[in-house]
Amino acid sequence: MRNILPILAVVFAMIIAWYAGAFMMNKKWTYDQANRAGVELTLSEVFADTMAQPRPVLPAPHQVAVNFWETTVEKKITSRRSLVFHGWITLKATLTGFILGTIIGTLLAVGIVYSRVMDMSILPWAIISQTVPIVAIAPMIVVLSNSVGIEGHLVPKTIISAYLSFFPVLVSMIKGLRSPDRMQLDLLRTWGAGKSQTFWKLRLPGSMPFFFAAVKIAIAASLVGAIVGELPMSGSGGLGARMLVGSQYGEPLLIWSALAAAALLAAVLIFIVGTIQTITLKRMGMAQ
Amino acid sequence: MTQDVVIKAQNLDLTFQTNDGPVHALKDINLDINKGDFVSFIGPSGCGKTTFLRTIAALENPTAGSITVNGMTAEEARKSRAYGYVFQAAGLYPWRTISGNIKLPLEIMGFDKAEQQQRVERVLELVELTGFGNKFPWQLSGGMQQRASIARALAFDADILLMDEPFGALDEIVRDHLNEQLLKLWARTNKTIGFVTHSIPEAVYLSTKIVVMSPRPGRIADVIESTLPRERPLDIRDTPEFLEIAHRVREGLRAGHAYD
Repeated sequence: MRNILPILAVVFAMIIAWYAGAFMMNKKWTYDQANRAGVELTLSEVFADTMAQPRPVLPAPHQVAVNFWETTVEKKITSRRSLVFHGWITLKATLTGFILGTIIGTLLAVGIVYSRVMDMSILPWAIISQTVPIVAIAPMIVVLSNSVGIEGHLVPKTIISAYLSFFPVLVSMIKGLRSPDRMQLDLLRTWGAGKSQTFWKLRLPGSMPFFFAAVKIAIAASLVGAIVGELPMSGSGGLGARMLVGSQYGEPLLIWSALAAAALLAAVLIFIVGTIQTITLKRMGMAQ
Repeated sequence: MTQDVVIKAQNLDLTFQTNDGPVHALKDINLDINKGDFVSFIGPSGCGKTTFLRTIAALENPTAGSITVNGMTAEEARKSRAYGYVFQAAGLYPWRTISGNIKLPLEIMGFDKAEQQQRVERVLELVELTGFGNKFPWQLSGGMQQRASIARALAFDADILLMDEPFGALDEIVRDHLNEQLLKLWARTNKTIGFVTHSIPEAVYLSTKIVVMSPRPGRIADVIESTLPRERPLDIRDTPEFLEIAHRVREGLRAGHAYD
């Protein structure tokens, strides 16, 4: 309970700010309409109108909530108007991208820690790869994977997602695998341990706290990657496609509830990773 | 007196190449350590006492001269598990229980499961940690952690125990207690012990042989054979004999040290 109170306080403050923002941003349209109709509005009428516009500049929280409810609970999940349907598409791409990215990041880190050549050749490119804006690369990956004859949209989205998520894992795992100090390595040497024993018994378990810290970032990055990957192909479905449709057809409510769904999905994913982290580290005796 | 020499250093020289130029860490070290000896290396920091211990363990390679352990090169001796090494920090793996930590060298050396367990029980008893096997390192005090690390070094029955300031990070009271325990353990197991310290009372209390070293370059200033009996209660430290040896160690340190 002690933890939830500050969170609720922040949420409350944000909702207040959101309502204030909605009022400020939407009132211009209300006044324009009133001017055109030649009527004089009281402040409370203006306020009521800004909260209930069909195409508001900034929808009020309750409008988003209602739309979210309608497009999740009240729609069949097989419907193309259901956010659950689109969320599932995004989730699939997120998870495959995340798993792929985590594996690639971990393997590269192992290579870099053990090989000086890889350290000098791969690492700079990994860093450069992250300076390229993903929105610039995403459409190219989609087009390229199409032109080499890959059917469906899962593959390009997975690639984009993995592209974003491998990096935090790579950087953290390099640090984690290098975390054992000189003394611990010397100890293993006095016992005549080989390279693979050093890896499995010392470096890998020692890197676990670093791994989980990275994986939390990676899962969020994967979700962003999947959504960005969906933006250039509205036909494929997914939360990103939903946002694009919303902006093309001038339906802010659609964008905002897709946004809410994405945020919720991210929260759930991070919560799951966090729970696995707690359990694993507790079992390893590392959570004190 | 013809005793078995287990560690023999002859004209040992070691120079480190560093960015600031070569550092002469060990110069012309000649030393015999006999089986069952408790040898302390004492000297100010930079005198090469740790480097010498690491050279015995083949963690450093001498640039000249030779060192043999059990008649083999240091490298061969390591491969035949001639010694257990204890560092200043316990260096226990936080993700392994105390038993798990002691099993680590045994796993690496390929002992079977039943034997591992049996050995863990035995060495835990030796360091008086019976019943603590399932605890994680952070649940133990610093002194207990260091005892666990000694148990780990004992687990695979090496005849030689090399200890690099093992109690250096502990407070005086715990240290006294561990010194007493270490002597008992030494008496029970009849191991040869090489012990690095910078505490004069600790060196005199524990050792049968005290090697006084001096820095720049690291060399042996004096080798003192202790006249104290093997059986040593803590209050032996107040006897004139003890104080005389301590005095000689201090003299040796002063002579070798320029205080620059």
